[in-house]
Amino acid sequence: MPINYYIFLSIALFCIGIVGVLTRRNAIIIFMCIELMLNAVNLLLVAFSKMHHATALAADTATTAGTDGQLFVFFIMVVAAAEVSVGLAIIVMMYRNIHSVDVNFLNRLKH
Amino acid sequence: MIAVLLILVPLLTGLAAFFIKNEKQVRSWALLSSLATLVVSILGLAVLHDASYLAYKTEWMGALNSSFSVKLDGLGQVLCLLNAVAFPLIFISTWRSTYRNAYNFFALMLLTQAGMMGVFLAMDALLFYFFWELALIPAYFLCSQWGGPQRIPVTFKFFVYTFLGSLLMLVGLLYIYFHTPDNSFDITSFYKAALTDKEQTWLFWLLFIAFAVKMPIFPFHTWQPDTYEQAPTAMTMVLSGVMVKMGVFGLLRWLLPVLPLSSYSWGDTVSSLAVAGMIYASLIAIRQDDLKRLVAYSSIAHIGLMCLAVFSVNVIGMQGVMIQMFNHGINIIGLWIAVELIERQFGTRKLSELGGLAQKAPGLAIFFVIIALANIALPLTNAFVGEFLMFTGIFTSQATKFNIWFTVLAGLCIIFAAVYTLNLIRKVFYGNTSAAIADAKDIHLNEKFVLGVIVALVFWLGIYSQPFLGVTNKASTDITNSISENPQLQRIFKK
Amino acid sequence: MQNALHIAWLIPLFPLLGFLINGLGRKHLTKSLIGIIGSGVVLASFVMSIWVFMQVRGGNTHVAEYFNFIKVASLKIPFAFQVDQLSSLFLLIITGVGFLIHVYSTSYMHEEKTEHFGRYFSYLNLFVFSMLLLVMGANYVIMFIGWEGVGLCSYLLIGYWFKNTKYNKAANKAFIMNRIGDLAFLIAIFWIIAKVGNVNFGDVFSFAEQNKFTSADITIITILLFVGATGKSAQIPLYTWLPDAMAGPTPVSALIHAATMVTAGIYMIARSNILYSMSHVTMSIVAIIGLATALLAATIALKQNDIKKVLAYSTVSQLGFMFLALGTGAYVAAVFHVMTHAFFKALLFLGSGSVIHAMGGEQDIRNMGGLGKKLKITSATFWIGCIAIAGIPPFSGFFSKDAILLSAYEKSPVLYGIALFTALLTAFYMFRLLFITFTGKFRGTHEQEHHLHESPAAMTIPLIILAALSFVGGFVGIPEAIMHGGDKLGEFLLPVIKPHEGTPVSHSTEYALMGLSTVLVVVMIIAAWFKFKNYQRTEATGLGKVLENKWYVDELYDRAIVNPLSRFGGFLNGVIEKYVIDGVVNGVGKAVNYGSRQLRLLQSGQVGSYVLLMVLSMLVVFVLQFFLRK
Repeated sequence: MPINYYIFLSIALFCIGIVGVLTRRNAIIIFMCIELMLNAVNLLLVAFSKMHHATALAADTATTAGTDGQLFVFFIMVVAAAEVSVGLAIIVMMYRNIHSVDVNFLNRLKH
Repeated sequence: MIAVLLILVPLLTGLAAFFIKNEKQVRSWALLSSLATLVVSILGLAVLHDASYLAYKTEWMGALNSSFSVKLDGLGQVLCLLNAVAFPLIFISTWRSTYRNAYNFFALMLLTQAGMMGVFLAMDALLFYFFWELALIPAYFLCSQWGGPQRIPVTFKFFVYTFLGSLLMLVGLLYIYFHTPDNSFDITSFYKAALTDKEQTWLFWLLFIAFAVKMPIFPFHTWQPDTYEQAPTAMTMVLSGVMVKMGVFGLLRWLLPVLPLSSYSWGDTVSSLAVAGMIYASLIAIRQDDLKRLVAYSSIAHIGLMCLAVFSVNVIGMQGVMIQMFNHGINIIGLWIAVELIERQFGTRKLSELGGLAQKAPGLAIFFVIIALANIALPLTNAFVGEFLMFTGIFTSQATKFNIWFTVLAGLCIIFAAVYTLNLIRKVFYGNTSAAIADAKDIHLNEKFVLGVIVALVFWLGIYSQPFLGVTNKASTDITNSISENPQLQRIFKK
Repeated sequence: MQNALHIAWLIPLFPLLGFLINGLGRKHLTKSLIGIIGSGVVLASFVMSIWVFMQVRGGNTHVAEYFNFIKVASLKIPFAFQVDQLSSLFLLIITGVGFLIHVYSTSYMHEEKTEHFGRYFSYLNLFVFSMLLLVMGANYVIMFIGWEGVGLCSYLLIGYWFKNTKYNKAANKAFIMNRIGDLAFLIAIFWIIAKVGNVNFGDVFSFAEQNKFTSADITIITILLFVGATGKSAQIPLYTWLPDAMAGPTPVSALIHAATMVTAGIYMIARSNILYSMSHVTMSIVAIIGLATALLAATIALKQNDIKKVLAYSTVSQLGFMFLALGTGAYVAAVFHVMTHAFFKALLFLGSGSVIHAMGGEQDIRNMGGLGKKLKITSATFWIGCIAIAGIPPFSGFFSKDAILLSAYEKSPVLYGIALFTALLTAFYMFRLLFITFTGKFRGTHEQEHHLHESPAAMTIPLIILAALSFVGGFVGIPEAIMHGGDKLGEFLLPVIKPHEGTPVSHSTEYALMGLSTVLVVVMIIAAWFKFKNYQRTEATGLGKVLENKWYVDELYDRAIVNPLSRFGGFLNGVIEKYVIDGVVNGVGKAVNYGSRQLRLLQSGQVGSYVLLMVLSMLVVFVLQFFLRK
């Protein structure tokens, strides 16, 4: 399958994620959209990794070229998991304090 | 060795002064330190003037090709001597002033001195910039901590002005650094920097504005009267006596020889600014009612003349600048001492409220009149020699076509100077005694001593200045030749 | 010991020592000691000067360099003295008249406190020192040193009574007006340096004689020097300080503002006669300014009521005569008049001092009258002074004034006519002064009348000596027409001053001119006698009022120059400095402040807006990257 399909899918997912982050006010949905964006990137990484590996194999059967892309995916997944846990904790605290998960209430940064 | 000592003595004693908490002790310590510096300076001038004593060079920032390189040449000799003479005079004359946290005050004073010494001695652009800032920062604290009631905004203005200038200069210096043949901060490499006309033009303005702020040249001068008015008197003396010479010095060492083409092509513009500033400051001085501001404006006019003479690019004028830098420093310190005394006795600096002091304090009156007349360059006083040479240089300058106009317009300031100085003398010392001075006393011994030393210098340099001119002769010739013998300018400066 | 010229430096050194001793010791010395030192040093200089003069008459002249005052690159200005015919003559006048005035002062100033008495004599000595420097200097710079030095002393002495604000203002005015002239002098020096490369008289004059100056250069240099001279010698337009300078003690007026300092300008031009003779333009200007000043001052003097003011304007007028002589090329006549004028004007001033002394400080002649009976010596000597200045033979003024009139006649009869008219005015106002003061009835208060007395010997003896000099002083310059070889002065000065090349008038014309002026002067004196022998106080009206107010020149200067400049200074200080320059500086600060306050609003704290901004800017970067990629 040509790499272009993966790229377009990934762009589509990423844009959905961005639009979600920009338009929604619910912190949890924003969170999910961020995850969506991260996964879009993951998808792209895996796709490119596979592609590079395939081209490299043709020249040298023992190559490991391209596998580092998949390695990055694992990193991103770990970071995303950590982020989710911290982020969800913050959202929970926020909900306890102001009984809402609407991010527009969070404008304390300006002071 | 001498060169390093000149910096080290005030630097180390200054740092040590932070730890001497007793006011009396720290005062004596500062005086001793400044006297030691004076001795070193005189040694360098009179006894140990072998090149090996006067220059010192060692590794500093090797990666940047910058070295700790100091050297005492003719130009440096004069200014270091001024710096070394000024501080003991200042310490003695302000012996009776008391300061909060005196240890900080005296420590910062000595650090300022060390910084200025470094400026006058540095033969490396980065080192020069380093000392330039080192002199500025203690000055800032001195003004903002021990100044008058308006000190905070005024010092802020002073700081922003000078700091802005410094940054522009830093940009300029770095740019030149990257264009030196061997990527070095050494002054000799700077003199060889390959720069086009266009580059020279904007570099010229970067550096000139930094120096112009310091001198100050119209229209970069408005920090000066305010700062002189608000700073503690000892600091005002340092600022006007020595620190403004850093600007003139900068022109002489770091601008003219480094950027000869633009110094020549922009000379007329700068000279016009200087002349305009002279007339402007003189006219304002005529209308001033505040003693300190009057002296401040007169200083602007006198510095303007020096700037004008620098850009006349003429050995005679250059020699005039050299000797006048020293003379002006001495004279204006004398004036500040007198102003301080007047203010202390009357509790006011307003000319309109003063009068008749000559009856109460004849000693002060005599000293003041002599120094004030020296300030307006009466013959046989030191400033006459300087101004005469500067005017001769301006008049015979080959660097400009407007030499006659510059001379005449600058000459007008001789008349204006007489007007405001005589008015000042008349209003303060003559006439009937005002009620404010019923219990005024004549000057104390320490002030008499300092003013006596200054008056002695005034006459010595006014009558026989030849030894002095001999010291600076080579430096003046070199600076002039750096422009007049530049291959591209040679045809303009005929021998 | 053979040659006094080698120790000529002692001449200025003596007064300098006197200045130092009296100045530093004024609190410790007694009055008589101060007086003895003050006068003694000048006497010593006088004796030296006579000795030097004798040597110079023998044909010796001398230029001595002592040390380099300034030496930079090719410019070398030595501290050097020149003793020749011209300077030795001035040395005699300065130290001789100076000594008499010092002696006079010991008595005149005796009521001052010891401290101020010492101050007075130290200033006076300093003045003599500066004046000697001026005439002995062997180059323009040393001359300039003396030139400014005498200006300083004049300032100090005019403002000697420093409690009086009016006097101080007069002192300031004198110094500042002199400085205007000094600036021109300085620029002339620069011009000479630029052309010649040095300022020694010998070099400059030989440079000129080789015709190396262009005619434009020579004209500008001479005009600038002349402007300098108008300041020092009180000529139009810088003359207004001299009448005000009468605020100083009367002996000061006699010494500085009549006999010596104000003639410095004449000395300078006579010294530079080689330059002046080369520029006809300048010569004409000098002659016209001189004549105009002579006439203007003479008209003002007609209506002045202050005894010293009359003499002051008379001095201005006589100086104008001297410049007329210079302008017509009669340098010797000018120097001659300097000498005779020094005698009779010093005499008149000292005489007026004696009158003021007797009147207890009163200077208004309307309150005097009939003093001749009480002050016999003063009045007799005053008569001699007036006759001398009026120019009646054989008194000194006749010979010098006649020489000037003659040279004016040679130049143009119009100049002669105006000059003669001015000379007649001189006779008229001087005798007006004489008659109002010394004849008629006493018009002062009873106390003043009671107080009237002749002055002590220390004052009258100088008067008598000066009177004698005023009588015989003219015999050194008897015109050729009267006595062959009578012009000893001209012969003496021949090496320094070239005889002017005019078309000489015949002896018969010369006799006619002398006769005419003498007769007319006598007529004027008789007219004055009838008009003023019984003077009654009247208010001046019309032209008289304008004259009494000195043609309102002071007011004109104030309105046209002083006030506008002062207002301009105020404008610069109050508006430009405060609002324009500081406005820009503070404006920059305010703009930054305002800008940041506006920018702060962007920080809404809304997470969403931050993210939006972030995304948008990333988009912009991408787009730019895309389009700008080459």
